[in-house]
Amino acid sequence: MNMIVCVKQIPDPETPATAFRVDEANKNVVAAQGIAPVISPYDAQAVEAALRIRDAQGEGKITIISIGAAGARDVIKHALAMGADEGVLIDDPALQNNADPFVTAQVLTAAIQKLGEYDLIICGRAAADWDYGIAPSGIAEMLGIPCVTVARKVEAKNGTVSVDKVLPDGFETVEVQRPAVVTISNELGDPRYPQLRQIMAAARKQVQNWTLADLGLSADQLNRRITIERLYIPAKQSNVEIIEGDTVEAQAANLARRLREAKLI
Amino acid sequence: MAEGILVIGEIAEGQLAQVSGELIGAARQIADAQGGLVNVALFGEGAEGLAQEAIALGADLVYTEDNAALSEYLPERWLTAAQTAVDFADPAVIIASTTPAGRDLATRLAFRLNTGLAQDVIEFEVQGDKVLWTRPCYGGAARAVVSVNTSPVIATIRAKTQESPEADASRSGDTIPLGVELGGDEREKLVNKQIEEKEGIQLEEAAVVVSGGRGLGGPEGFQPLEELAGVLGAAVGASRAVCDLGWYPPSQQVGLTGKTVSPDLYIAVAISGASQHMSGMAGSKTVVAINKDPESNMVKTARYAIIGDFKQVLPALTQEIKRLKG
Repeated sequence: MNMIVCVKQIPDPETPATAFRVDEANKNVVAAQGIAPVISPYDAQAVEAALRIRDAQGEGKITIISIGAAGARDVIKHALAMGADEGVLIDDPALQNNADPFVTAQVLTAAIQKLGEYDLIICGRAAADWDYGIAPSGIAEMLGIPCVTVARKVEAKNGTVSVDKVLPDGFETVEVQRPAVVTISNELGDPRYPQLRQIMAAARKQVQNWTLADLGLSADQLNRRITIERLYIPAKQSNVEIIEGDTVEAQAANLARRLREAKLI
Repeated sequence: MAEGILVIGEIAEGQLAQVSGELIGAARQIADAQGGLVNVALFGEGAEGLAQEAIALGADLVYTEDNAALSEYLPERWLTAAQTAVDFADPAVIIASTTPAGRDLATRLAFRLNTGLAQDVIEFEVQGDKVLWTRPCYGGAARAVVSVNTSPVIATIRAKTQESPEADASRSGDTIPLGVELGGDEREKLVNKQIEEKEGIQLEEAAVVVSGGRGLGGPEGFQPLEELAGVLGAAVGASRAVCDLGWYPPSQQVGLTGKTVSPDLYIAVAISGASQHMSGMAGSKTVVAINKDPESNMVKTARYAIIGDFKQVLPALTQEIKRLKG
């Protein structure tokens, strides 16, 4: 069973609001000082989903793909330390700061085709930077294979994959033929954390470096379909009234009175 | 030339989904500015019977596929039906909701039609023959305004961000059954669907929501919160952090990846106010924060705040409201 997991390095989503900055002229987010970028959390869960399948099956090869600059090797190494087998980094100047998920889908698909053997492609439900959730469906469409999005559980069966898909008030189990694409949501649960021994072992695992040319693509063939016209941090103006009182009971009474006056209770 | 709008409608519990009404309202605005018809596609059992409802809300033409095989969302079948509707309507813009079905379908349709998609839109502006779509990103910490370079333009729009139009029973429009060939190549099947019994007051419909966050310290923190909700007739919500920790059921999660609520009163208890959570409750009319930290984002966002320990504040507030309601 060959599994391919697509991961992305992003600015830490836990970056405090005070350190989060946007470069409005270049329409991108400025890396926060002293806060290291991380593997997109849903992508770590996608790696975890692949590892759980390999644990259940007793066999399977897991290849990690990422598009990014040299620094993105760190997230591939993280996935390898979690237990994945091999990695591919697609690093090309034409892809620097790419924020078009249609380009991402095109490049990842070309890389998956170059790898050639795949039974299951697993991605996070969206990268937690641009929050699109578009590329995985695109990979499925371009490869002409089924796709189940937003899963909380994935199990490999004989020739199929059984996926519990998260719904607003529950879930549904969908069974699709392999090969297939599945995207993972946070309901899957926490990804395993690599131990020191695994981190050392990951250092010896192979990570290939590919450029667009290795994928038979050139910069002018990229499928740019979205233009970012503007990027900004929404303005917040606080008009909060802090409810005071000598005792907690007095504060509660003052709040209740305000809410009653506003006909809210 | 392609013109007009195609709305991918949805049926929820035998009715035209609330969000579909909102999308028809949005489509009407775009069509009024750019010209062309408001087309609505409606798939699943009962679609034909609901077409008139879509027309009353502003549709000119409703393409239906009244077929039980489309009552549950499965991508291949829905894509086949949606592509047929696109062929008939030849729209300049296609809009769908951000429900699991709407988002999944629209995203795949974009690749099938070799076009682009603005995902998860909360606001839009028509500028000549272009539409500028505003969407949250970076977990809600930033907003991006995007346009789609290719045709047709596809967008998914979040529920409760658009006004639902008033129904006008005197409006007229046409209903066209599509007659889709669903085909036999079915590589996907729905094995089981489990929807939680809806009990108590529903989050999305509640006029008052009381939500708890990580500051509650554990699942037992929800007890005084539920007591307050009880006297207010409120629904109970939770932040993603506490749902991931297993303190409260994921079905009650409010936020970017949970439910979107827009109550008259939102009481946020021990929630710091991460962007991910704010995205789900930004439509609340009045926000009250109960928090230890006066510098927290939730306190700054709120209209009223009590700075203190929820363990003392909640019982006092519950008593006071009980007394007021007599």
